[in-house]
Amino acid sequence: MITKPPVQLRIVVDLNRCQSYGQCVFAAPTVFQFHGEESLEYDYAPGEHVRTEVERAAAACPAQAITLGTPAATKASR
Amino acid sequence: MNTGHIVVVGASLAGLRAAEALRDEGFTGQLTLIGDEPYPPYDRPPLSKAVLSGRLNEAHTELPQLRTIDARWLLGVAATGLDRPHQQVILADGRRIDFDKLLIATGTRARPWPVAAGIAPRGVHLLRGRDDAAKLHAALQADPRRVLVIGGGFTGSEVASSCRDLGLAVTLTHRGVAPLSGALGATVAHFTLGLHRDAGVDLRIATTVDTLDSDQTGQLRRARLSDGSAVDIDVAVVALGAVSNIDWLAGSGLLTDHHGLRCDAFCRVYTTEGEFADAIYAAGDVAYWPHPLYHDRLVRLEHWGNAVEQARVAAHNMVHDSGELRVHDQLPSFWSNQFGVNVKAIGLPAAADQVVITQGSPAERKFVAAYGQKDRLVGALAVNSPRVLDGYAALIQARAPFPPMLNAPDAPTDHDPLPAGFPHTPASATAHP
Repeated sequence: MITKPPVQLRIVVDLNRCQSYGQCVFAAPTVFQFHGEESLEYDYAPGEHVRTEVERAAAACPAQAITLGTPAATKASR
Repeated sequence: MNTGHIVVVGASLAGLRAAEALRDEGFTGQLTLIGDEPYPPYDRPPLSKAVLSGRLNEAHTELPQLRTIDARWLLGVAATGLDRPHQQVILADGRRIDFDKLLIATGTRARPWPVAAGIAPRGVHLLRGRDDAAKLHAALQADPRRVLVIGGGFTGSEVASSCRDLGLAVTLTHRGVAPLSGALGATVAHFTLGLHRDAGVDLRIATTVDTLDSDQTGQLRRARLSDGSAVDIDVAVVALGAVSNIDWLAGSGLLTDHHGLRCDAFCRVYTTEGEFADAIYAAGDVAYWPHPLYHDRLVRLEHWGNAVEQARVAAHNMVHDSGELRVHDQLPSFWSNQFGVNVKAIGLPAAADQVVITQGSPAERKFVAAYGQKDRLVGALAVNSPRVLDGYAALIQARAPFPPMLNAPDAPTDHDPLPAGFPHTPASATAHP
């Protein structure tokens, strides 16, 4: 049986776009938090176990400010 | 050009996004990214905030890669020279990397404590990269008697805010009349006085640091300030702005000055002869270029969003013919979080000579300010009002008149424009006491 290596999750929020609606904080409270009323903070490398919550957060963001990706493949040889 | 070898010097936000964009644009040749830090690309904004405060580990700032880029990464090795005749980048370890096209995205570094002021004692920190943030965080955890922040720009203010989050005693010196005066103008920046005061920062405006004194072991112990006073400190953070990483281009014949690397709005780099350097482009904080929206005023934008967009424009132009080039004319935007307050701005406030509060009230730390240059709207600032700027953005891009006619329901009754208070215009002394 072939098991795929886990794809690690990396995320970024465009905080110019972010309008502090807080939908992401509801969807993935261990990843996104407000520090103060309007200041969003988040974990760029939250772990695969919260992928579903993060995907939900990205989909729910009214400003569409959250982008998901993978770690930069800096170790890959070519 | 969709083949050959493109080299990107600078493996941070602009370099990464440029590499992705090159593949998006159909570039199938060899791609190499060179970065002086040993880490994969990471994001800098949290370093002065969540990382310093201990809410986020610095390793958890790694940026996502948004598509496969099939690149060779040379990390932990700085580019130290550019040999244009041979189209080679020279690395610190002596290697020479051939290129067909080159993107320069080497960014900026923190302006160091001036050499003339003496050797910086142990305990004096700069804040630019991950390692800086980790070291400073450790120093803040070591129970310093007091932290001195030198400079009240965005970084300095955010550092002071983080120190107060940690319950540390902080003194902040700022040359201007209020923190953020350089970015927002002295008139609007007055609202920050209350932020620092209420947070318990020992704020010294119109004050600079004369000396940083150490004990016999070389450890920082005291700062002497220009107001004649002295403060006992164990940690100092030098936050005096940034300088471009262009030293490695010395002798290459590219056009540089203290602002940065000169390029045009198509990201094409100039030579000292005023020609375009063949096949060399620039993007991100290092670039100094004429912004089409502002009568080709030369700007260097140390903004996250500019790094992303300028990288994409440069990538497009690197692989297209002269008839298909894109111009980099994005509306500038930047943001800061400090003392629990969200600050967002668009346009070029620093180009303004006048400013007017259009919504809300600075006293309540919830307001919008519009910036005008002569009779034109050039920028807007929103404090704890993160949802209002789209309308202002449209007005600025339409080159709308100043003061703008908004008829906002929360407009203040007194809405006469005031001098913006940048160095080229005097400040209003009575704007926001």
